[in-house]
Amino acid sequence: MSDVILGDGECECCGHTNDGVEVGAAAATCAAAPDCDGSPAGCGCDSAGVSVRERVAAGSELGRAAAAMAPTSEVVLETRGVNVYYGDNHALHDTSLAFHKGEITALIGPSGCGKSTFLRSLNLMNREIRGCRVEGEILYDGRNINTREENLYELRRSIGMVFQQPNPFHKTIYENIVFAPKRHGLRGKDNLDALVEESLRGAALWDEVKDKLHQSAFSLSGGQQQRLCIARTLAMHPDVILFDEPCSALDPISTLAIEDLMQNVVRDRAIVIVTHNMEQASRVSNRTAFFYMGDMVEYGETDQIFQRPRDKRLNDYLTGMFS
Amino acid sequence: MANTRQASRQAAAACAAGEGAQASASASGLRVNTAHVVRAQRMDRLATGVLTAIAVFVMLIVVSMVGYILVEGASTLFSPGFLTEPSRSNGTAGGVAYQLFDSFYLLVITLLISVPVSLGAAVFLTEYAPEGPVTRIASTAIETLSSLPSIVVGMFGFLVFSVNFGWKYSIISGAVALTMFNIPILVRVIQQALEDVPQHQRDACLAMGLTRWEATVHVLIPSAMPAIVTGVVLSAGRVFGEAAALLFTSGMSSPVRLNFLSLDFSSPTCAWNIFRPGESLAVHIYKIYGEGSPAAQHIVWGTAALLMVCVLLFNIASRVAGKALAKRMTAE
Amino acid sequence: MAKQMPKRSLEKVGFGVTGACVALVTLLVLALIVMVAQKGLSTFFKDGVDLVGFFTGTEWSLAHVDEATGLPKTGALPLIVTSFAVTLLSTAIALPIAIGSAIFAVEIAPKFGKKVFQPLIELLVGIPSVVFGLIGFHVVVAACKAIFGTQTGLGILPGAIVLSVMILPTVTTLSMDALRAVPDGYRQGSLALGYTRWQTIWHVVLKSALPSLMTAVILGMTRAFGETLAVRMVIGGAEVMPAGLMSPASTITTTLTTSMAIYADGSVQKDVLWSLGLLLMGMSLIFIMIIHLIGKKGAKSRG
Repeated sequence: MSDVILGDGECECCGHTNDGVEVGAAAATCAAAPDCDGSPAGCGCDSAGVSVRERVAAGSELGRAAAAMAPTSEVVLETRGVNVYYGDNHALHDTSLAFHKGEITALIGPSGCGKSTFLRSLNLMNREIRGCRVEGEILYDGRNINTREENLYELRRSIGMVFQQPNPFHKTIYENIVFAPKRHGLRGKDNLDALVEESLRGAALWDEVKDKLHQSAFSLSGGQQQRLCIARTLAMHPDVILFDEPCSALDPISTLAIEDLMQNVVRDRAIVIVTHNMEQASRVSNRTAFFYMGDMVEYGETDQIFQRPRDKRLNDYLTGMFS
Repeated sequence: MANTRQASRQAAAACAAGEGAQASASASGLRVNTAHVVRAQRMDRLATGVLTAIAVFVMLIVVSMVGYILVEGASTLFSPGFLTEPSRSNGTAGGVAYQLFDSFYLLVITLLISVPVSLGAAVFLTEYAPEGPVTRIASTAIETLSSLPSIVVGMFGFLVFSVNFGWKYSIISGAVALTMFNIPILVRVIQQALEDVPQHQRDACLAMGLTRWEATVHVLIPSAMPAIVTGVVLSAGRVFGEAAALLFTSGMSSPVRLNFLSLDFSSPTCAWNIFRPGESLAVHIYKIYGEGSPAAQHIVWGTAALLMVCVLLFNIASRVAGKALAKRMTAE
Repeated sequence: MAKQMPKRSLEKVGFGVTGACVALVTLLVLALIVMVAQKGLSTFFKDGVDLVGFFTGTEWSLAHVDEATGLPKTGALPLIVTSFAVTLLSTAIALPIAIGSAIFAVEIAPKFGKKVFQPLIELLVGIPSVVFGLIGFHVVVAACKAIFGTQTGLGILPGAIVLSVMILPTVTTLSMDALRAVPDGYRQGSLALGYTRWQTIWHVVLKSALPSLMTAVILGMTRAFGETLAVRMVIGGAEVMPAGLMSPASTITTTLTTSMAIYADGSVQKDVLWSLGLLLMGMSLIFIMIIHLIGKKGAKSRG
């Protein structure tokens, strides 16, 4: 398992280097460890590294799946010390996380814990909220995107987003998919037709709607609408897709369909999902980050988070002491 | 609302039960004053009766006003030539053909100016407006404009457009004055319509790398269209009946002879010349309402009925158009 | 790939075009305020009309120019008093009717209120003011003449009655919105305590809707104060201090309508009329300020 080198081996907050030890999630965990006092001894990197090894030794299906992907698992998107403020309200403190290609990362936590705020920082959607300020580095494609110079229109094509409420436009199914690509300059009926089919197939919706592409998107059921929204996002060929509680408005069967879909879609990109539903997080994700009152409290492989939570607050949350 | 009423009935029943339960209630130290409960219930019934009477009274006023005008004016309205002949002897004889045309012409020009400007202003205020003094001044200015008496707007229009710009009494002066009167109404309606489009529609566009401009033009405005159309048509009804702002701007007389076929836009008799004076139906009523002759009175009431019919049509059209658009959008 | 405007430029274009619209409207309003103020104030600073005399003088006659000073009689108090009289009187008449029918349409018969009552009342908004004036002239004035036995039947009272019907829809629809905005939980809480519906309306609903109701009334007053032609048609147009509710009088707006076209631009008379316009504008600014104050106070009391 020595190939599970996920971080760069350097503790973010204290600069303590682990020198090629298989740290797993250690770097990020360390970054968020609330008791980190900046000294190597206080950051607990070592113990985290050990626990990862233990966990891998214990073995689990998901863990193995993650491990199997590991060689190709490059970091697509990374945040370093992100802080978000709404006016004077400091809503998110110093969060550092990395998102990997081919993996689903779940963000969990009670309402108002900052997980959606964090998600909306990743594609700079927080810039659209008045009085909202995002500080820190967000690294994508080798550059910090949290700058004034960043072309956020180009960026959002690469980092797509699916919302809580299915939100197709008041247009036909076909138009819903080609609307944004056309606005970004894609022309030609053949190109557009091909894109529609590809995207709808990608979202496992093609067979259901191929005969009614020119009907209103509102003729679809809620679950189908949400898959249409995913197809719409896929049409931009994004590297990352952010899901903001995509199933909270859906019935259980539609929810399962969306979850299956995520597993297919994630192959050549990274997925970040905010969810209230802990079963969903444990079903779909490879890694999980737990947020509490604006802090990213614990981050690790999903199994570890759910089976052996280290932080008391996470444990309380998982056992239903609060929600 | 329905459960409120139900709850009210239950509450009344509970009060009634309170009488029976008095013994036990007083035993536990809580005294229910039966007389008080009865008084409260009687008051409730009385208030319901009074409020119903007031509402009926209001509805009677509306219906009788509209009915009165239509009945008084019907005979003139349907008399031959009233809608097709120009007026004679300073409005006290003949028809109101030119006034009718001028009213619509003023309305069309007003809408041509005020709709795009209001749309732009409303989009700016809902989508772009940066927080700060500039935006606050702008929205206060629009609010001020909406509460200014139309006569003040008319005086300003007279000073600036008729005198300073040298447009004299003309259709265009009147239309610009009406535009000022109409813009605040339209801005508010369109702003409301845009704000009523769910936020997630805007988010969806932005999250796909589109600009606010594209989101507005291609998604928000189409979604808000039913409400916008309803608002525009309703405001058109108000513009159509406005007179005070026109007295000093478009004038109180139509040319004696209008040529609808002429394309010489500088000719004072060309119907389409926007620099000729014009007189709307409402101004026409104001001009001749005091004339004592029976013929003039017939024309006054006929014109009022015509105005009323137009307003009713605008009212109905706004509802029908809005509903039809909304239906087409959802049923597509 | 067709050539597309870069997104950033596109956004700037959108910002610019819509911003220009707002700028245009704002500049127009500012120009209006400045010009009316400048014209109106020049009466006192250029023509030398006495500012105090303008507000307190009881004699108004633009046609009579004083030989010695070259100034007409410009005591605007009769006009101001009449304007306030018709405004307050019409509000007093309209207020109970408007709020009462709004309560009926929201609390007692909500379905009927939405389906029948509201469209009817909105129809009233659309009726042109000259039509109100016409009906006032033929019905209200005639009735007043018969009841009070005055010569013409014109005067402040018919003016106030016509105005009250005109502002009725404004106040009613805004009151209905205010009542609808009261959360249903308040009502259910009160009813569950055994209050009757009327007690609930009186003690709970009206109380919590009070700021919005006051805004509705002020907006109605704004409209009444600035209304012109309908009042002009029923008030008589005598520019003298009103002796009673049934004596002919003239408001600020009606004086403007009748005199504005008579006097040449630049004359003292015209400037005095602009001063009246300035007074109207000042009043509507004050009404707006009151509405803002109520809104702020309401927001504060809600926390």
